[in-house]
Amino acid sequence: MLEIRNLHASVEGNEILRGVDLAVNAGEVHAIMGPNGSGKSTLAQVLAGHPAYEVTEGEVRYEGRSLLDLEPEERACNGLFLAFQYPVEIPGVSNSYFLKAALNAIRKHRGQEEMDAFDFLKLVKERIKLVELDESLLNRPVNEGFSGGEKKRNEIMHMAVLEPKLAILDETDSGLDIDALRIVASGVNQLRRSDNATIVVTHYQRLLNYIIPDFVHVLVDGRIAKSGGKELALALEAKGYEWVSDELKEAEAA
Amino acid sequence: MSRGVEQVETHLKNFERFSLNGSAHSPEWIRNLRQKAIARFAAQGFPTARDEEWRFTNVGPLAGFPSALARKSNVDEDQIEQVHGTACRGVHGTRLVFINGYHRPDLSTSVALPKGVIADGLCSAMTTSGELIEHHLGAYAPFDEKPFVALSTAFMRDGAFVYVPRETVVEAPIYLLYLFADREAGATAYPRNLVVVEREGQVVIIEHYVSLVGTPCFTNAVTEIVAGDHTTVEHIKIQDEHRQAFHVATIQSQVGSNGSFTSNNIAWGGKLSRNDVNVTLDGEGIDCTLNGLYVASGDQHMDNRTFLDHTKPRCNSHELYKGILGDEASGVFRGKIHVWEDAQKTDAKQTNKNLLLSDEATIDTMPQLEIFADDVKCTHGATVGQLEDEAIFYLRSRGIDRESARSILTHAFASDIISRISSEAVRQHLDAGLQSLLENSFRVEGGI
Ligand SMILES: Nc1ncnc2c1ncn2[C@@H]1O[C@H](COP(=O)(O)OP(=O)(O)O)[C@@H](O)[C@H]1O
Ligand SMILES: [Mg+2]
Repeated sequence: MLEIRNLHASVEGNEILRGVDLAVNAGEVHAIMGPNGSGKSTLAQVLAGHPAYEVTEGEVRYEGRSLLDLEPEERACNGLFLAFQYPVEIPGVSNSYFLKAALNAIRKHRGQEEMDAFDFLKLVKERIKLVELDESLLNRPVNEGFSGGEKKRNEIMHMAVLEPKLAILDETDSGLDIDALRIVASGVNQLRRSDNATIVVTHYQRLLNYIIPDFVHVLVDGRIAKSGGKELALALEAKGYEWVSDELKEAEAA
Repeated sequence: MSRGVEQVETHLKNFERFSLNGSAHSPEWIRNLRQKAIARFAAQGFPTARDEEWRFTNVGPLAGFPSALARKSNVDEDQIEQVHGTACRGVHGTRLVFINGYHRPDLSTSVALPKGVIADGLCSAMTTSGELIEHHLGAYAPFDEKPFVALSTAFMRDGAFVYVPRETVVEAPIYLLYLFADREAGATAYPRNLVVVEREGQVVIIEHYVSLVGTPCFTNAVTEIVAGDHTTVEHIKIQDEHRQAFHVATIQSQVGSNGSFTSNNIAWGGKLSRNDVNVTLDGEGIDCTLNGLYVASGDQHMDNRTFLDHTKPRCNSHELYKGILGDEASGVFRGKIHVWEDAQKTDAKQTNKNLLLSDEATIDTMPQLEIFADDVKCTHGATVGQLEDEAIFYLRSRGIDRESARSILTHAFASDIISRISSEAVRQHLDAGLQSLLENSFRVEGGI
């Protein structure tokens, strides 16, 4: 589904990603872990197409085509979804208006009819239950005045409505208490299907107790330093990230 | 020293002709008022760039406008269709239609109004309410330092007269619709409106300016509103004339103690427009709100000036003007707040926010605070900015294309003002108008 090869990306002239390789297949859940500042969000934003990041080398194939050639909205219309680490506040635009516009843009791209207000409301009311979010947040301006937890749950609610093929969750767990974490994780798990895939970006292992990954990758200094199964997350929890960076340095020295 | 000598001469000649014909049958007091106004205009001439009040607006095209008085022209069947098509749908109630500044009872709609309420053409009201009109007309809008008000007063013929007696609540808005329909280029209309609301009266007035033809025309309107103690008045002005139109308007309000006055000033039409909203807070405990929205694209120029005159203690004024400027459009916002020595405990807040959609668009924004009382709270702030890149990207990352994202965010910026208008029908009309404006009038921009 997704294949990243030797991806290098810079922001404001600083190279943040320095050769990332990653392959994700349908039905899989990948966790990307790593210390703060290692480039996890940069990777997520580059995949979503944020114009501030410049790809200097490498390529990304998504469903057989070059992802980097697509505009951000084309990526979304082709099933890519990014749950932002810091969801953006949009004063004056209601949450449901935004989501309806997004859903209909995607449906239009797929050649489907626009969903009318009635059907849309029915769908949203059903999906909002997955994340146990208050319905009143639908009529409020997007993220404005939402608590940290509400913002994160709202992102997952959008995901539940838009039904992406590849979802990237950037630190959706940070700032959530344990109950909220469980709610978000169960929401994500209920949306898992054999034909979609999820990349969970986190720097704690605790989310991975609820969303069980098939693969765990450790990003250090803009490169994947180590990959493994779900037990790698536990090892990281026990030994810390230095263990991986030290190993990496040794390997480079050799 | 008079300026634009030649153009002033033209207006004086026109006035001579007007006093022999159109003006000849008016009551003496009106003829005197006109005489005073034209004399004052002759003494001042047109403003120049040296006038602080007009520093950022080129008066040239206004002064040089042919200045033929718009005629009491007929409208054909098609145009009558258009009259109804351009109106705010869903605003039911009294509707006064004006063609080229002249009241047209045949195109207007009247409904039953509470006892004593008058909503009529100014001319026709003169025969029934002459004394009332004589008492108020021209008493509020000074023209000594205002050449365009002087000119408008000199040439006034017709307009709207609204009277709300004591303790009377007019539920449905009174809708004044002004249409320019002169097929010959170069005509000028001088609508003159007078709104008198007695103690504890309540009313909503809509002043809506549109064009039926695309020829260059000039509207120079003056509206005087006098609202007594404990009144609640909302004024909504919509300027949606075509892109060849010139539009200069003054709304002059005087509010009594404990009154609540709201002005909503929406402008997105015309080639060059200048709008003055002046409010004299002539009592204690008044609540005054000024909302404004100007949307300019192409080479449109929009100049907004507001003046809040806090004369007495314990009055609040909240002012929020927002502007969207794209292409090579230019805008001006100048908000003056004067707090007199007596006006202690004044709470005045002024905000002007501008969204620039292109590199060529410009805005000159100036607060002007003159405060002579010591125990007051006066704040002002102005912002000029672009759409936020992060917000655009957030929308795009969910599947919304760039143009739609920009349009959604721009619309949100503006609908903040529209949402403050009490009439839902007006809000809907404006929201739809704004939507089509954003979709069709702005050239596509680069950027994110
Ligand atoms: N938009 C940006 N402008 C400048 N520096 C940035 C930007 N985004 C990320 N960086 C820098 O890139 C590095 C990696 O950041 P990020 O990808 O957010 O890391 P992580 O998500 O792993 O904590 C950091 O040093 C950060 O300061
Ligand atoms: Mg991050």
